[in-house]
Amino acid sequence: MSLIEIEDLSVTFRAKGREVRAVEGVSLKVGKGESFGLVGESGSGKSTILRAICGLVPVTGGSIRIGGQPLPSPRGRAFSTQVQMVFQDPYASLHPRHTVDRTLSEPLAIHGIPGSDARVVQALTDVGLPPAFRFRYPHQLSGGQRQRVAIARALMLQPKVLLLDEPTSALDASVQAEVLNLLNRLRAERDLTFLMVSHDLAVIDYMTDRILVMQHGRAVEELSRSDLAAARMTTEYARSLFAASADRMLDPAVAAPA
Amino acid sequence: MTALHAWLSDPNPSSRRQAKLGQIWLAWLRIRRNRLAMVGLVIVGLLLVVAAFAPWIAPHDPYVQDLSRRLLPPGTPGNLLGTDDFGRDILSRIIYGARITLYTIGLVAVTAPVLGLLVGTVAGYFGGWIDAVLMRVTDIFLAFPRLILALALVAVLGPGIENAVLAIALTAWPPYARLARAETLTVRSSDYIAAIRLQGASSARIIAGHVVPMCLPSVIIRVTLDMAGVILIAAGLGFLGLGVQPPLPEWGLMISSGRKFLFEQWWVATMPGLAILIVSLGFNLLGDGLRDVLDPKSAPK
Repeated sequence: MSLIEIEDLSVTFRAKGREVRAVEGVSLKVGKGESFGLVGESGSGKSTILRAICGLVPVTGGSIRIGGQPLPSPRGRAFSTQVQMVFQDPYASLHPRHTVDRTLSEPLAIHGIPGSDARVVQALTDVGLPPAFRFRYPHQLSGGQRQRVAIARALMLQPKVLLLDEPTSALDASVQAEVLNLLNRLRAERDLTFLMVSHDLAVIDYMTDRILVMQHGRAVEELSRSDLAAARMTTEYARSLFAASADRMLDPAVAAPA
Repeated sequence: MTALHAWLSDPNPSSRRQAKLGQIWLAWLRIRRNRLAMVGLVIVGLLLVVAAFAPWIAPHDPYVQDLSRRLLPPGTPGNLLGTDDFGRDILSRIIYGARITLYTIGLVAVTAPVLGLLVGTVAGYFGGWIDAVLMRVTDIFLAFPRLILALALVAVLGPGIENAVLAIALTAWPPYARLARAETLTVRSSDYIAAIRLQGASSARIIAGHVVPMCLPSVIIRVTLDMAGVILIAAGLGFLGLGVQPPLPEWGLMISSGRKFLFEQWWVATMPGLAILIVSLGFNLLGDGLRDVLDPKSAPK
């Protein structure tokens, strides 16, 4: 059975009499332990799907099920122990006035989990940060370090599903590879399921087993990793997207980092 | 001492308590570099000391009248700042008046900003009709001139120091609410609020733990800058006879009683006026300096 099932999902924003259909009739299934990618240009609705899962934008049609259960609205605490999200911009996703320690211990405090001292140190070690970083503020960290903290925060509640909203697009190329490798290692260690959004096919190719290409809020084409590697696209849009990043997919720095 | 310094300035603190104290230590170092803020801090500190030790510092009883020694000029032996129309020592009255001033400021500082923060963050965070209702109430309060509204409130409640404080607090909160709401609007749609919401935090927790810290620096700075205004309004109410009642040595009241002989015995009104001036200045300077200290982003790397 699939862990994430999205059926005919629509998200429509209404503002001052205007309607913007961000997502229209998108369906997808992600199995347990799988890594699934959503690809498309800016404004194609891929991040909106992640936000709809989290309840950060209203679902106007269709259904989302996690582990066969429809999601309650508001999402509630049980949801947060199942699904967590890593945001695109690590400069905006960490509270600027909270230390790393506070950021990481907050989810434990919310859920009444004891032993936060040891857990915070362990979480930092798990994402490859020295425990000495514990009492630093986000402005004292680099972009890559911040994103590691954001990943550590998302894993504090030991979720099964991690939603990744372009987790590396705000980072420079060498740091990108490090963070992607970290995510892959964590997925293998913890048996996580990834639903990842990116506009970069090179990143998606490295990270995911299957992808869904989106355009203007609609699903265009679903491809497996081997389809992508062999350039077996059936639609013109997927082909053009592939052509735009094909040269970088062969780049050893991204495609096969050390 | 050096061991303590090293412990406080350790870049890699080993416990939460050490990290917290280290932050306070860094803030202190930052404010110490700002000379004007230090002047403000010294003035406010002096006010605290004078208020705390008034009975030991004051040369005379502030209430004892001596009509044979009335309206003596400053510099008279035994009455450094002169005496008022009842022969009471002005210096002693100013020293005891520091207690009343501090009491007023303290009460206003813990009520008005807290109320304003609460209203502003709740309105900004929830939006919609809650925002509309709370902000219209704020608008109504803002539409009245502050002193006039305070006057009306005191007139209804009756004169007295507690009522004066209540009136000042009730008229002082709307600017804080405005400030807090504006700050809340800029942070409520940010990713870090989305992240904490995703972790199952309640609205109360998000507002208290995540929104308020973002609003606090500007509110605290505004509080210290407003303190001068609070002292003046308290003095104004005292001056109009609606605040503190005689014979309590409130500074505004003292100015009011010295008004009758402002041209012949200028010191009776001038000395408490100078006290108000100096303390207001102190709070203003401190507020300016706090702005630099309260923003961790401006900390030297």
